[in-house]
Amino acid sequence: MRTPFRRASALAAILGLLVAACSGGASPSATTAPPTATASPSEAVSPSPTPDACAAENLETKTAGKLTIGTDNPAFPPYYAPREGGNTEPWDPEWGDPTTGEGFESAVAYAIAEHLGFAEDDVTWVVVPFANSFAPGPKDFDFDINQVTFNEERAQAADLSEGYYFGNQTVVVAEGSEFEGATTVSAFKSAKLGAQIGTTSLNAIEQVIQPTQEAGVYNTNDDAIEALGNGQVDGIVVDLPTAFFIVNVQTEGNVIVGQIGEAAGATPEHFSLVLELDSPLTDCVNQAIAALTDDGTIDDLIAEWLPDATVPELQP
Amino acid sequence: MTGPIPGGGGTILTPSSGRRSRILDVGEGRRAIAIAIVSSVLFFSAIGLVIVNSPGWPRFQASFLDAEVFAASWPRIASAFWVNIRLFLIAEVLILALGLVIAVMRSLPGPVFFPLRLLATAYVDLFRALPGVLVIFMLGFGIPALRIEGVPIDPFFWAVVALTLIYSAYVAEVYRAGIESIHPSQAAAARSLGLSQLQSMRHVVLPQAVRRVVPPLLNDFIGLQKDTALVGFLGVVEVLKAAQIRQSATFNFTPYLVTALLFVLLTIPMARFVDWLVARDQRRAAVGGR
Repeated sequence: MRTPFRRASALAAILGLLVAACSGGASPSATTAPPTATASPSEAVSPSPTPDACAAENLETKTAGKLTIGTDNPAFPPYYAPREGGNTEPWDPEWGDPTTGEGFESAVAYAIAEHLGFAEDDVTWVVVPFANSFAPGPKDFDFDINQVTFNEERAQAADLSEGYYFGNQTVVVAEGSEFEGATTVSAFKSAKLGAQIGTTSLNAIEQVIQPTQEAGVYNTNDDAIEALGNGQVDGIVVDLPTAFFIVNVQTEGNVIVGQIGEAAGATPEHFSLVLELDSPLTDCVNQAIAALTDDGTIDDLIAEWLPDATVPELQP
Repeated sequence: MTGPIPGGGGTILTPSSGRRSRILDVGEGRRAIAIAIVSSVLFFSAIGLVIVNSPGWPRFQASFLDAEVFAASWPRIASAFWVNIRLFLIAEVLILALGLVIAVMRSLPGPVFFPLRLLATAYVDLFRALPGVLVIFMLGFGIPALRIEGVPIDPFFWAVVALTLIYSAYVAEVYRAGIESIHPSQAAAARSLGLSQLQSMRHVVLPQAVRRVVPPLLNDFIGLQKDTALVGFLGVVEVLKAAQIRQSATFNFTPYLVTALLFVLLTIPMARFVDWLVARDQRRAAVGGR
């Protein structure tokens, strides 16, 4: 798609130059000719003001005509859903398969792809470990969708899109724990809390709760959940939808105590898509998210895939 | 070799062991020293210039040598290093004891000790074969998951156990090499004096064997120092985990440099200490084993 367009514009530029050269010539008859001759090339040279700049065929994707989307493996529900009859390779057979279009993030990803004009078959998925997705450097995806919470430091290393989900961090503890009935973050001062490394969950422990005991810092959420089950930590901090998945599906005997929101002094959070720094796609993806938010598509997907139970906000 | 250096000082530095270092031996005479100095200065300056002027250098500097990040991450990383040192010191004592027991079990002669030899051999084979991370995960997450009353759940405790189990297998083999290096006539002589099998091991063989294997033992302990970082897998914020936390917050690799520096600072004095021990033993042997 790219090459013919480039060729056309190069041709147009040469044509324009030729015309300009002609107009500088002695022939007086040429002076009347240029306006009509330059009119069509100038349109081909600068198509950006037209809405087509974000059309699939004009986007500078990693593979022309295809949209490559990244997420981590395993891809967990409720963000991703398993495929009936077995997941495709390389997606962990126990959990979700992003290629189904089912599960919140898979559905949002395909909605964005469709809005940009990519057919379902033009979408390919790659495995991108969580912390790698927003680390500086070149990316092998057009965008990554993996519950990446926006923060300033990450935004300096990669492009982060507008939010497609607004939610808070939550504390999960074991049923019957002394912290089960906590209504404030200060109730957790004496607790041993755990979170995954490099997450805003860990920031919430260190900057909002500030417990006296050092937090347990795990390489994955699953390790943190393991430590919770073993009693090695009193509670873990995770995103709200992840918390629902942990207490409803992944484990038994754990409960969500509350959200760490603005009431507790935390800044409001949202999930962003990750793109390469200064990616040519960022504006188009943001336009797509804005359009899908305005027409209610994203709200519908939230209602379809994410639990709607309300979780109380912890007080300071 | 404490007197003046023969040959007009052709050797820059003479190790106290009396052997010349191959690296530092530049040949005889002042001319040789001058050439060595000039060639070293030119060589390292050239390498330095190439590195500093390479296209990636500014980016490397920003990513690995950021003074601000260094200063900001130093206190937390350095205090996390205390976890590694505690782990190392406790495990080292346990390893020295368990390793010796296993080595002795494996070296006991006679058919009656066959079960002990079998057990010790199986132990060494097993724990040298298993990756350290696997043992750490199995014990640190696996055993507490059994929820047995009275069994500790502290990840630090299980890290000590895991490192002791793994490194005792290596250390037992080092001890065994030392035991087997003692000539059988020594044990035979001890037995002829009326010492029992265990007495001859305790008073004749082991004292000589252990002295011989001090350098390889300390070599294993340098490995142990570095493997203390494995406890990070269990959620404990040790030095490498502390560096990772800073790295993932800043996308700057300087915190890793801080960690590298701490490990080097810990290891180099130990390496020099081993050199000194070896030199001292050789000196003693030279003057008649006093």
